[in-house]
Amino acid sequence: MALPMLLTDHWYDIRDLSNLTNPLLDFVGDNISSELAYILGPLIGFIASFLIFVLPSQLYVGVYGERKLIGRIQSRLGPNRVGPFGLIQPIADAIKLMQKEALTPKTADTIIMNLAPVVFVAPAVLLFAVIPFGPRMIVANVNVALLYYLAVSSLPVLAAFMAGWSGNNKYSLFGAMRIVAMSISYEVPLVLAMLGVVLFTDTLSLQGMVLWQKEWDIWVGMLMPVAFVIYFICVSAELNRTPTDIAEAESEIVAGYLTEYSGMKWGLFYGMDIGYALAASAFAATVFLGGWSMFGLDKIVPPWLLLVAKTHLFYMIFIWTRGTLPRLRIDQLMAFAWKFMLPVALANLLLVATERMLWVDAFDSKQVFLFLFMIVNFASAAAIIYAWARFLGYKPENHPTKPRLVKEAGGYVPVGREVR
Amino acid sequence: MLYEFGHIGILVIIAIVFPIGAVVTSWALQFARIRPAVPSDPVKEDIYECGVLTEGPSLVQFNFRFYYVALLFVLFDVEIIFLFPWALVYDTIGWQGYFEGAGFIGILALGILYAWRKRALEWR
Repeated sequence: MALPMLLTDHWYDIRDLSNLTNPLLDFVGDNISSELAYILGPLIGFIASFLIFVLPSQLYVGVYGERKLIGRIQSRLGPNRVGPFGLIQPIADAIKLMQKEALTPKTADTIIMNLAPVVFVAPAVLLFAVIPFGPRMIVANVNVALLYYLAVSSLPVLAAFMAGWSGNNKYSLFGAMRIVAMSISYEVPLVLAMLGVVLFTDTLSLQGMVLWQKEWDIWVGMLMPVAFVIYFICVSAELNRTPTDIAEAESEIVAGYLTEYSGMKWGLFYGMDIGYALAASAFAATVFLGGWSMFGLDKIVPPWLLLVAKTHLFYMIFIWTRGTLPRLRIDQLMAFAWKFMLPVALANLLLVATERMLWVDAFDSKQVFLFLFMIVNFASAAAIIYAWARFLGYKPENHPTKPRLVKEAGGYVPVGREVR
Repeated sequence: MLYEFGHIGILVIIAIVFPIGAVVTSWALQFARIRPAVPSDPVKEDIYECGVLTEGPSLVQFNFRFYYVALLFVLFDVEIIFLFPWALVYDTIGWQGYFEGAGFIGILALGILYAWRKRALEWR
């Protein structure tokens, strides 16, 4: 695939950070051995993405930002003691977790219990390999990146089940069963939504998707709002974020599959939950929000900075939903996945397939057709979601014949607010 | 393309070494001054059950609905796998391919309707 040559090769052009590392790799490849350069390439890419994206985001968006923002949503201050504005709090947390003793119950399955954090963390590192940070800043430009991402991002369920089973604890087992059931339920509409994107962009490569969005000056999220909404809800269920975190609901089952974990092993689970959420945000930013491209702005602003900004924006919506919505019950969540998300995803797929077939035949006016599809899709998104929700939600028991006041139902009414 | 997958293979090594390193470091700290090893006792090694002793076996029965969900997932995921090649050769297959794919999606929809009608989706 031809890359748009918008960047220069000078080392001071920080719009493409591979300018800084390529001389080193060329030197090693020419003078020492090409095998060493081959090994060094992904290592440097990994360290670079870790330094510019994963580590700061993990500490200051995932831990600090999330606690601070949820604190503000709940009229609290959030962390504000360690350092100025509590900025050193995440580092202090990490040091504390490192020091803590990791208890293992006598009846637990020790091998699986120690293996589970490793199985949980490893896919999180691998997910960032296929995210393109710029035209040339990508660790592994695989042509089946989307399938790879979907496959690897469903691996942590296995680790969660290992953790829940090995703890030899009732709550752990319940949490594990719940997370498996929920993850596989929400996997189906998520993959269907992704299928629509693949169908329209005609590629499985994430870099290819960004280039497609750049070529046609449109974001897939604007073109297929239903797919975007389905992706957001499904991924928030798969990541076990708060409106859907029944797998570790502390009011029902103590801490779910993490009940028997403590110390650094628990810390790995906690930290990598944020890692997965960041990876999912980066993936959403790449597939739905244009990735590193932004209507020509990427010629001035570094593309990797644009991707990081979009990722953080998406993560902010995660935090917002977490601070706003109450936790749902498991029957509600399962019914939502199978009765609402799946039919809506199928309808969206049919709609997108029809549009793509029309689009192939439109030779000269493809850009105009895209714009039309955008309007049609927004309208049909509203129509599909409203109609299906109306169809599902209209049950007699949800609509009592006679409205009741809170006071009549036995609820609490503050003094001075009585309805006369 | 195997060249690119090799990069992922190198990352696999980092991905496995990193969590093992974190756990081993945390374990090794008990030999340092920072956190001396605390002698264990039966209460500390017991499994957690809100402060009381555990009653009966821990690996208890769970709701059989989980099996329904797993079965449905296997069915739908396998069918979706067939749709990915269809999506990738979409430009070349024309309207005939479109209608065949639509029929396949229709069968998927019939499947979910059947499961719904048989009350496999209820959680009671």
